[in-house]
Amino acid sequence: MTALRHLLVCLALFIASPALAVLPDEILNDPALEARARALSRELRCMVCQNQSIDDSDAPLARDLRLLVRERVQAGDSDSEVMDFLTARYGDFVLLNPRFNARTALLWSLPALVLLGGIVALVVFLRRQRSAQAGADGGDSAQALTAKEQKRLAELVDGQI
Amino acid sequence: MIAEIGHYALVLALALALIQGSVPVVGARLRDPALMGVADIAAFAQFAFVAVAFAALTVLYVSSDFSVVNVFENSHSAKPLIYKITGVWGNHEGSMLLWVLILSVFGALVAFFGSNLPATLRANVLGVQSWIAAAFYLFILATSNPFARLPQAPFEGRDLNPILQDVGLAVHPPLLYLGYVGFSISFSFAVAALIEGKIDAAWARWVRPWTLAAWMFLTLGIAMGSYWAYYELGWGGWWFWDPVENASLMPWIAGTALLHSAVVMEKRNALKVWTVLLSILAFSLSLLGTFLVRSGVLTSVHTFATDPTRGVFILAILVLFIGGSLALYAWRAPLLKQGGIFAPISREGALVFNNLLLTTALATVFVGTLYPLALESLTGEKISVGAPFFNATFGPLFVPLLLAVPFGPLLAWKRGDLLGAAQRLMVAFAAGLVAIAVTFAIIRGGPVLAPFAIGLAVYVMVGALVDLVERIQLFRQPVGISLRRARGLPRSVFGTALAHFGLGVSLLGIIGESSYNAEQILAMKPGQTVSVRDYDVTFDGVVSRQGPNYRELVAKFVVRQDGEIVGTLDPSKRSFTARGMATSEAALLTRGFSQLYISLGDPGTDGAIAVRLYHKPLVLLIWIGTLIMVLGGALSLSDRRLRVGAPKPAKKSALQPAE
Repeated sequence: MTALRHLLVCLALFIASPALAVLPDEILNDPALEARARALSRELRCMVCQNQSIDDSDAPLARDLRLLVRERVQAGDSDSEVMDFLTARYGDFVLLNPRFNARTALLWSLPALVLLGGIVALVVFLRRQRSAQAGADGGDSAQALTAKEQKRLAELVDGQI
Repeated sequence: MIAEIGHYALVLALALALIQGSVPVVGARLRDPALMGVADIAAFAQFAFVAVAFAALTVLYVSSDFSVVNVFENSHSAKPLIYKITGVWGNHEGSMLLWVLILSVFGALVAFFGSNLPATLRANVLGVQSWIAAAFYLFILATSNPFARLPQAPFEGRDLNPILQDVGLAVHPPLLYLGYVGFSISFSFAVAALIEGKIDAAWARWVRPWTLAAWMFLTLGIAMGSYWAYYELGWGGWWFWDPVENASLMPWIAGTALLHSAVVMEKRNALKVWTVLLSILAFSLSLLGTFLVRSGVLTSVHTFATDPTRGVFILAILVLFIGGSLALYAWRAPLLKQGGIFAPISREGALVFNNLLLTTALATVFVGTLYPLALESLTGEKISVGAPFFNATFGPLFVPLLLAVPFGPLLAWKRGDLLGAAQRLMVAFAAGLVAIAVTFAIIRGGPVLAPFAIGLAVYVMVGALVDLVERIQLFRQPVGISLRRARGLPRSVFGTALAHFGLGVSLLGIIGESSYNAEQILAMKPGQTVSVRDYDVTFDGVVSRQGPNYRELVAKFVVRQDGEIVGTLDPSKRSFTARGMATSEAALLTRGFSQLYISLGDPGTDGAIAVRLYHKPLVLLIWIGTLIMVLGGALSLSDRRLRVGAPKPAKKSALQPAE
């Protein structure tokens, strides 16, 4: 369970010709374009690695993709056009940030659903706790009765007498 | 011979585990002390036999016995002794052996320290513990035997992957396993409680120290792995939201939630059903992590399908234990009576809020990690879920959680005063606001939200100390009185304050590194100087060196600040002869909590070398913060009430006055 074992696999495959992620010869002269290319690179997956972005990866494929991204950026593509271009070529697999669609709806909505479910469960729990407390005689934290409960109590007491 | 002894010891351990898993449990049902007593002896003996097996494999590695497949594939006679030893768990078979070794250590510890446990609970806990052990002994013996021999012993081994030849990675798996496997204790306690159908505050008091210890080891293990990735992988990343990392993060989140809910159960006898569920979840997620990493399912669903023996075996263990315990839970949990009642605004309420957000965070990591696998095996479609997804979903959950952290210890049990707590936290709010203003004033650039995040971190740090300062009446009383009050405080109060303070420290480091990182990527020639932030780094030249089992090319850099030399950086590139592999060793220069980080790329034909140079502000705080958290855990663990043990209801008959 050596964490990051995947990286080892990835590195083991490509380290024979060690390289750095982004190499000096790839960098664009225009800093604004380069910054955009870097930002895009962080969202794209090196497909022969495990969950590594092409910005981080040493793999030759990642280098090819980085060059491709820079080519598109220089050609005047917008960020989304670059992403569309790469998705058309390599499929959704290349996107580290999955797009919201029918297949990923559950993925994106599950955290919110769990949070909502948790809140609902909690509200139910607290309500039930309160009613259990009202039912228990002399619970350990005496709480004032609500108006409704007092009315009901009065009715019961009156009825008894 | 040594290999056969090791193998045989493992078989005996399995036999013992089967006895320990059945006899004491039957004994607990029949209330037979003799049958229940088997558990202790069996637990000690199991530990002894697994230790023999582990020692045997270690001896094989140290003596470079290449007639054993595992040693041949993962060792080399020229490897330094320390990596021969750590190589024992640097591979699948050996790491599984380490897993069961730690499991048996925990079993023996429960037997040793459990003298104050009720006899039936102890017998059941050790029994359940043994079921887990038996499953994993079977797994090792059936699919991953580390003692298998080669018909003809080769002359030399294939060496350990050079990336694993590192002290950081040598201690990373044992720490991680101590955490993973440590959660098996709370799992066994939970299942035992479900079997008995009885659970009380004393149960939580027994479980909490084990959970705390496991949590501490897991925290250290994750931090160590992250620091290793940071300096070894060469691009200065320290967390990648990778499935393997997520596999260790999930039990950590569940364990953190469990620590907090167990407090409620111990103090107020409430949240029983939930605490038991979390105990089951924490260990189930540890098992899931083992499955994800060990089955090869992460590399590709297809690798898993082509060589499924190991994966299917672990999957079976997973289904058996998770499914079994959850079924038992569904059946028996309704028997557990609910205890202490509390208002939404109270210490309990704050801890429940913590659990709600942590559980959601856990679900986020869970779905993000497993969704691509599920989608691919169901529809064949491949998608990726990476860092951008987790940053977008996980991050926002932590903002309310961090805001709430200082409130927790300030709220009273049963019913708290939110406004009062907020007033007492004024200092922390003010400190946070000052931090935001100062950051805006002195730092140019960086993301717009970063100063606010720094403010949040400072608020958490100061807020963590408010409770402590108030309790010892620092600044209000003379120092002597404050010190005396401090000595009188339970250590768990210091533990909580420190752990929460450490959380803020880590957060500060994370923001510093991720928002204000500066980098230079270029090809440098000897004599050339490059600036990053206010440091000037000059490349002096390269020299070659011969290591024990590698050759390396070392580049020398001199770092100056305002013309003064402040240090040197010697990054290197190593080539390991046995595997024909190369690694790039980064060099770090620590300045305060910040670091200069340099790593090498390929040398060019003209004498230039590709260089990546970073200035990483406050980066060390990430790991210092986790160490503070662990220290907080240790303080809490040394608290008197945990050493003394749980209160036992006095026997009624003994109290009857003789008449």
